[in-house]
Amino acid sequence: MTRVVRVAAGQGFWGDSLDAPRQQVEGGPIDYLMLDYLAEVTMSILQKQKERDPKMGYARDFVGAIESVLPAITGKGVRVIANAGGVNPPACAAAVKEMIAKSGAGTVPIGVVTGDDLLPRLDELIAGGHTLANMETGEALDTVRDRVLSANAYIGSVPIVDALKRGAKIVITGRSTDTALTMAPLRHEFGWADDDWDRLAAGIVAGHIIECGAQASGGNCLYDWRNIPNLANVGYPIVEVTEDGSFFVTKHAGTGGRVSFHTVAEQLVYEMGDPVSYITPDVIADFSTIRLEELGGDRVRVHGIKGRPATDKLKVSVAYRAGFKAVGTLVYSWPNALEKAQVADNILRSRLERLGLRFDEILTEFVGASATHGALASAVPEGKRVRAPDHPEVQLRVGVRGEDRAAVERFTREIAPLVLNGPPSVTGFAGGRPKVEEIVAYWPALIDKTVVQPQVEVLE
Amino acid sequence: MKIRLLDIAHARSGDKGDTANVGVIVNRKEWFAVMDRELTTERVTKHFEGMITGTVERFALPNLGALNFLLHGALGGGGTVSLKTDAQGKVYSTALLRLEIDVPDDEARSLGMRRKR
Repeated sequence: MTRVVRVAAGQGFWGDSLDAPRQQVEGGPIDYLMLDYLAEVTMSILQKQKERDPKMGYARDFVGAIESVLPAITGKGVRVIANAGGVNPPACAAAVKEMIAKSGAGTVPIGVVTGDDLLPRLDELIAGGHTLANMETGEALDTVRDRVLSANAYIGSVPIVDALKRGAKIVITGRSTDTALTMAPLRHEFGWADDDWDRLAAGIVAGHIIECGAQASGGNCLYDWRNIPNLANVGYPIVEVTEDGSFFVTKHAGTGGRVSFHTVAEQLVYEMGDPVSYITPDVIADFSTIRLEELGGDRVRVHGIKGRPATDKLKVSVAYRAGFKAVGTLVYSWPNALEKAQVADNILRSRLERLGLRFDEILTEFVGASATHGALASAVPEGKRVRAPDHPEVQLRVGVRGEDRAAVERFTREIAPLVLNGPPSVTGFAGGRPKVEEIVAYWPALIDKTVVQPQVEVLE
Repeated sequence: MKIRLLDIAHARSGDKGDTANVGVIVNRKEWFAVMDRELTTERVTKHFEGMITGTVERFALPNLGALNFLLHGALGGGGTVSLKTDAQGKVYSTALLRLEIDVPDDEARSLGMRRKR
């Protein structure tokens, strides 16, 4: 019989369903549970937490997730791989270890992958000629160096494979790529070679399909959305992979949601750039070679994937402080809701000007009329005359952004007065004054692979 | 016959920095040729005129019956910098599906394309 390795997704981002990990280990047979916690924004939030407390800086939810699946780890041999370590994998591992010790489940070997954190080495790297230029603007990192909060290289599957080889039942990483978390167990189980580009590419595609959790199994799916059954009990996706790199996407029997050509295809195009070159630290995968075959019964076969040699660079995600922002809202009701909101916006803007407040940007949106689709929302089809809609209500949403915290703060005090001294039929201000938020911006860069040396430790 | 993209395709969008991507997938494989022919870079650029500050890039995935568009400068700076409701470009997908393409009546009929109401 062909050997199959089952990797199940139990978390698509930090803040995803708390029950999903347990449902994945209890709903049917799986070999690995893959939990993805990190997004671009997450690392900087974690860095701020670590600054306040050196024992923090990881996804705290993960400790509870491991607790909820502990019987499956110790009883059924399910292994867990997660990038929950954030900017502090050792602290995350220590917290998990402590929880396991308290639970009386005995010892569970925990693999800890580090080396992605470039923050302590940043000045040395810049001095050594690594400009870490912004991939979008070309600017050198020097220009924002004093405002940098975190800097992490996206590392691939190799150190995770190493941790699994050394017997880790739980592997905790920092800024691993999302796809590496799925790829690593496949490389470990099947022994795929470092230059087996097609199989490695297949592993990346499998990872991409399940890295956003239920977004591959019926969640957030536009195609036939009304008829996708029982999202209240949605089954998270599972890949069943064979040695040749072909695999099935499925979910546990008896769960809600759907796995079909269309649910998988929608996830494949999510956050895609050039489909021919999906670049990862392990391989460049060619998404234009993917073959999907819908088999019915919530099973889709995926095969035919081609890959090419990886580049000699790693992507780096830098987070830096970039000023302050605040967003205020008010709701105007029928009749002439949009017009009232527009008048209120004009009044607000002239008051901000009179106060002499300077911002890098002021953005006004009319939620319910044009906030997300702009002029497209009210575009009149050719040859038709349409009366302007009289909306039941429109939310005025005004945001400001700038370097001067005091100016942003002052803006937040200019919203509420409009309730009594602006246009009529206004409500929806119960939330109080808007909050001033510090902006932590994202700076994508590249660095030579040779500079980043991941380390693996297995705690017994 | 004017056909709204929404009537023949579905889509998902996401972000990378200040760039939104929209992957648009035909509901039936046999409709891909029409979408591939009509949904040009120029057409999409015109559709999003005034909504994005950068250029539009287009990639074809015939294997999925899909096209992928990168809309540069679509997110008001992107991520945490953006003041927009849709700072992560999640609903540029349906904004693209508002686009109307012209399909000769005979071709539309033979392919079973219909305008839905």
